[in-house]
Amino acid sequence: MCLVALASPINCVETDLTADFRDQFLLCYQHMLLARVLEEKLGSLYRAGGRIVGGVYLGKGQEAFSAALGVQLRKGKDIYGPLIRDQAGRIAFGEPILDCVRTYLGAVTGPMRGRDGNIHRGRPKEGLLAMISHLGSLLSVVAGGLFARRLAGTLGDSIGATSIGDGGTSTGAFHEALNMAAVEKLPIVVSVANNQYAYSTPNTRQYACENLVDRAVGYGVSGMVVDATDLASCLKAFRAAVAQARSGGGPQMIVGTLLRLAGHGEHDDASYIPDQKRRDPSARDCLQVAEDFARDHGWMSSAELRDFNEEVRRTVDLTISKVSKEPTPDPFKEKWQALSCADLVEGQHEA
Amino acid sequence: MSITYLEAIREAQYEALRHDPSVFLYGQDIATFGGAFKATKNLSKEFPNRVFDAPISEDAMVGMAIGAAVEGARPIIEMQFADFSSVGFNQIVNQAATLYWRTNVPCPITIRMPSGGTAGSGPFHSQSMEAIYSHYPGLVIVAPATVEDAYWMLLDSVKLNDPVIYCEHKFLYYHLKAEQIGDRELPIGKARIARPGRHATIVTYSAMVHEALRAAEELQLDGYQIEVVDLRSVKPMDTDTILASVARTGRLLALGEAFPWGGVTAEVIARVTSEGFHLLDAPPMRLNSKDTPIPYHPNLWKSHRPTTSTIAAALRRLLRY
Repeated sequence: MCLVALASPINCVETDLTADFRDQFLLCYQHMLLARVLEEKLGSLYRAGGRIVGGVYLGKGQEAFSAALGVQLRKGKDIYGPLIRDQAGRIAFGEPILDCVRTYLGAVTGPMRGRDGNIHRGRPKEGLLAMISHLGSLLSVVAGGLFARRLAGTLGDSIGATSIGDGGTSTGAFHEALNMAAVEKLPIVVSVANNQYAYSTPNTRQYACENLVDRAVGYGVSGMVVDATDLASCLKAFRAAVAQARSGGGPQMIVGTLLRLAGHGEHDDASYIPDQKRRDPSARDCLQVAEDFARDHGWMSSAELRDFNEEVRRTVDLTISKVSKEPTPDPFKEKWQALSCADLVEGQHEA
Repeated sequence: MSITYLEAIREAQYEALRHDPSVFLYGQDIATFGGAFKATKNLSKEFPNRVFDAPISEDAMVGMAIGAAVEGARPIIEMQFADFSSVGFNQIVNQAATLYWRTNVPCPITIRMPSGGTAGSGPFHSQSMEAIYSHYPGLVIVAPATVEDAYWMLLDSVKLNDPVIYCEHKFLYYHLKAEQIGDRELPIGKARIARPGRHATIVTYSAMVHEALRAAEELQLDGYQIEVVDLRSVKPMDTDTILASVARTGRLLALGEAFPWGGVTAEVIARVTSEGFHLLDAPPMRLNSKDTPIPYHPNLWKSHRPTTSTIAAALRRLLRY
């Protein structure tokens, strides 16, 4: 296998813009806008207090990079392990926003039933894994799913995909898992959103290599870098990586350069990001970049954009209003059972 | 024709692989080499593409098993030594143990942990991890003390729809033999009366069951009949069997090879004092290893862990009260 880790970014050029590419671009844009509007709403609910307990974690600025991967995946066939800033990717994969709102509001109707919250949600049996907070831990789980399918002879051309940030690449779990996935030559796409800050810690305190993609060759995987503020380039990169993975090319690492346009969570004002950094090209808003691109290419008129924007806001409002009326968990109805085998659950040994 | 504890573990894996195509084995040096202790000897030959060598990556090994379990597989992970499971601790307690609770998807994985001390093994090849894992909700922890239990409890663990920490004692690997594997007598979750008695109860598990039985023999020479309860499952713990035994004897010694702070013996005493205080004729006693890392030299190692003589001495103090 010929390994390539390209440190110069993948750029989308006019010849890439096929009709199929355009359709996927517009689909991504819709997912990105829905994610942005939904998360803005969740942020305002958090700031208003009361409705959302715990944190709210936004993917603002990362929607293009996230959606461009999610839109390549096929729900019911591929395995997706999204991370903290993947609302857009989740929508692209096919997770209904109801699952998101129900988990944030702790509704018993949601997939986590009030037992876990916010971005810690998924439906593993549908190929959507539920992240834990320990970064890097999901990569080996995605790999395990693919490994089991290969053993059972059901892998076909399905792939796995998961996300990590610049900080998460420093964990032992990430290193172990990527090495293992490479040893097993599993069809897996790893997206690394280098948003330059792990919570408040800048890249200079996180790693010493020139570019995170330099590590790819060390693991024996292919790597690419992309300007993650540019949806068209993200799409080009992920289309290529996913095609490689599906056709037996083994793990693929895509490093996206961008800046997180929010705090780590809504409790964080990100005052540690200097003003100068906010004027950097990596600080461009991917949603605006995508919108301009679509308009410049005549793929969407201003009127269509406006109408779509209104529709998305209506959808979000209706979803939140619906979930607000749904029941929250009742501790007296909770089974308090951590094992699936009920006969092995210990009774309450109280004095 | 006899069978050792270690061979029983190998046989159980053979049976699991033979009966269930969703079972596979993953661990360091377990394929061609057959494992550091040969617990998977020849299995990769008998079951091609079902037994795999893993990189030295305990976190990724467990994470991989979890992902496979979600897809319907029943992986058996071999930790080369229980000690190294601390590198996979994150995946075990945060991912495997929480999966069912969080997502309603069961996590049927079995993690084999060669546990406990043998002379010359030192601080990092001798640890007993059962107390650490028992502390976390969502895990089942078993510690077989007999050849039959080594066999049947491993097969039961693989069939269970929850993550099982299977603590197999390295000291018993070659030392413990049976003429043949008997019938399956008790399920996971039930303790066993290893020796009936009426003057005092020792509650213990794993290799310490055999030290306890030898101490009981010794005390018999003085006319005392010591009951020995083999927990078999550390979690769930069979409190009913423990309480019934203490009701018969009135005296309790909780015995374990693990470190003394907290742990299984503390849990036994907490349960008996809170639920069976009225049954006790003497303050319950605990005997564990010393509160230091596990020493290398046999002279130190033998004094670090409970032995037949220290157990017998503890019993005499308990009986004098």
